[in-house]
Amino acid sequence: MPVVSIKLYPVDNKDRKENFHGAQLLYVGWDKHLLFYAPTVFCLPPDTRFRDVVETHLANAYGVHPEFSGIDWNQVCWLKSGQPWTPDMDKSIAENGLEHKDVLRFQTPGRDGLAGVGV
Amino acid sequence: MDMQVKKKLGLKEKYSLMTRDLGWETTYESMDDVYPYMKFEGIKIHDWDKWEDPFRLTMDSYWKYQAEKEKKLYAIIDAFAQNNGHLGVTDARYLNALKLIMSAFPSLEYNSHRGFAHIGRQMRGVGPAVACQMQSLDEIRHAQTQIHSLSNYNKYYNGLHDWRNMNDKMWYLSVSKSFFEDAMTAGPFEFITAIGFSFEYVLTNLVFVPFISGAAHNGDMAAMTFGFSAQSDEARHMTLGLEFIKFMLEQDPDNLPIVQGWIDKWTWRGVRVLTLVAMMMDYMLPKRVMSWKEAWGIYFEENAMALFDDLARYGIKVPACVEQIRKEKDHISHQAWLAFYTAGGMTNFHTWLPSEEEMTWLASKYPDTFDKYYRPRLEFWKQKADKGERFYGTTMPMLCQTCQIPMMFTEPDDPTQIAYRETTYLGDKFHFCSDHCKCIFEKEPEKYSQAWLPAHQISQGNCFAEGADPTAPDFDPIKSVMAYWNLQFGKDNLDFEGSEDQKNFAEWRQASTKN
Repeated sequence: MPVVSIKLYPVDNKDRKENFHGAQLLYVGWDKHLLFYAPTVFCLPPDTRFRDVVETHLANAYGVHPEFSGIDWNQVCWLKSGQPWTPDMDKSIAENGLEHKDVLRFQTPGRDGLAGVGV
Repeated sequence: MDMQVKKKLGLKEKYSLMTRDLGWETTYESMDDVYPYMKFEGIKIHDWDKWEDPFRLTMDSYWKYQAEKEKKLYAIIDAFAQNNGHLGVTDARYLNALKLIMSAFPSLEYNSHRGFAHIGRQMRGVGPAVACQMQSLDEIRHAQTQIHSLSNYNKYYNGLHDWRNMNDKMWYLSVSKSFFEDAMTAGPFEFITAIGFSFEYVLTNLVFVPFISGAAHNGDMAAMTFGFSAQSDEARHMTLGLEFIKFMLEQDPDNLPIVQGWIDKWTWRGVRVLTLVAMMMDYMLPKRVMSWKEAWGIYFEENAMALFDDLARYGIKVPACVEQIRKEKDHISHQAWLAFYTAGGMTNFHTWLPSEEEMTWLASKYPDTFDKYYRPRLEFWKQKADKGERFYGTTMPMLCQTCQIPMMFTEPDDPTQIAYRETTYLGDKFHFCSDHCKCIFEKEPEKYSQAWLPAHQISQGNCFAEGADPTAPDFDPIKSVMAYWNLQFGKDNLDFEGSEDQKNFAEWRQASTKN
């Protein structure tokens, strides 16, 4: 037990999967688009189709950016925990192997944000 | 016959009688049972009598000093209330800085009071026990005078009506709340390092420059008065913190690595909390005192580094995080304000875009970063706002597990890339804004894995209004979270432009100066 404590210290992870009533957390950030100040957290059922994550949830979070509507999703580079990753758009997030609290980043080559500095 | 009057007690004798003589060695119980918190952190103290209080303050003189200060303070606060002092501030935008600070600070002071009361009981040495008890009283006094000062504003302006409730629940306030709760739930020696040293000694100037000098510059006599009243205690608090560090280091060489670890941790945690202060200095004060970057240069890079030079003789090193902080000083205030601007529908204060004149000031203070990285974002939002499309984020941000700040900080060497760090603990993933927050987590994962992160708690359904039924067909989750925070959407938040505060302030000020 690394924590320094006067007696046994119970582990109480408040964000374990079972506390989300069947849903799971998924974090997504759009690289080089700092008009959005931080990656977004989504709380979704594991059977959510990945295409719906993109077309509904990401559109809601990032659609205000002028580059969003023109994204060719077949050309997007995805990173999971910083490593290259390929989603199957028609499979669910669970079938895509995404676990609770996984973090995805997507990169849109050719659409590298405004002002030349990733806005 | 003349009265034979004994010579008055000297300060040293009096201090000894009213502190050291209050202590004793127990005989029926072991001293370790009476002071159960003294050993588990690993700090070794061999001789408590070596602890010297440079102020040699005793309780009788403490009451006298503080009573004098209270009289002056309340005379000014009364005069402020009776003369509509709230109309004397530079601009109603200033009130939002006050709302932010006042939503956080009284609770911090109160928790500081609780922490010092606890260690005042637990410190085995009588000298530090008495000093901690007096600091505990100071801190509750600070909380009280802050609450009284803010009540004058609460009569007229929105967003200050329920700071205590909001402090426990609202997303951004979890940052400062978690800082103090982390300290209070540590052992007594870590607490005094965290609050007495890192916060009071190293960082407090950076709070008082924007907070109190900012109040003075912007005509807020109420906040300025309680600030000066508190500031006279701070010198004593700083000394207590510093003396404690030196005492621990002098008592046993084994204490050095433990103390160094705490200094490293709490310097980083403190600086992360100060992000809110940086934003306040650069964006929220209509009349600015100095930029965050300038304040950081003076109060940290010059003052605090001189302190570390002094501690070097004990073997203490400058925390490694200082290098990253040096790089971030050009960025954090802008990153924070852009975050609050976007999240302006979820705060208890108003946000706005800086005017052209203010952007010129920011560009002059941040010549390497503002025009290049931050002006384009502000101008984009301005174009949208001018078209009636003022942007508010509709989603929740990912948060750092340790500092609880949204993951808005960029890589130290690349201001275009958000910094992502993660680790796994007991099969679960945890995410961080920086190497330093990750390192703090990994040293005590049991502690930080239990963080009450607002975005996650909302997702779990734990932040809805009392009695709400999330399964009802007409359930509106955002409205329900607002009710849980006791916020009135559109009245207590959204843009400053067009707000009730802006309108009322203009009308009242005009009425107070014209017929």
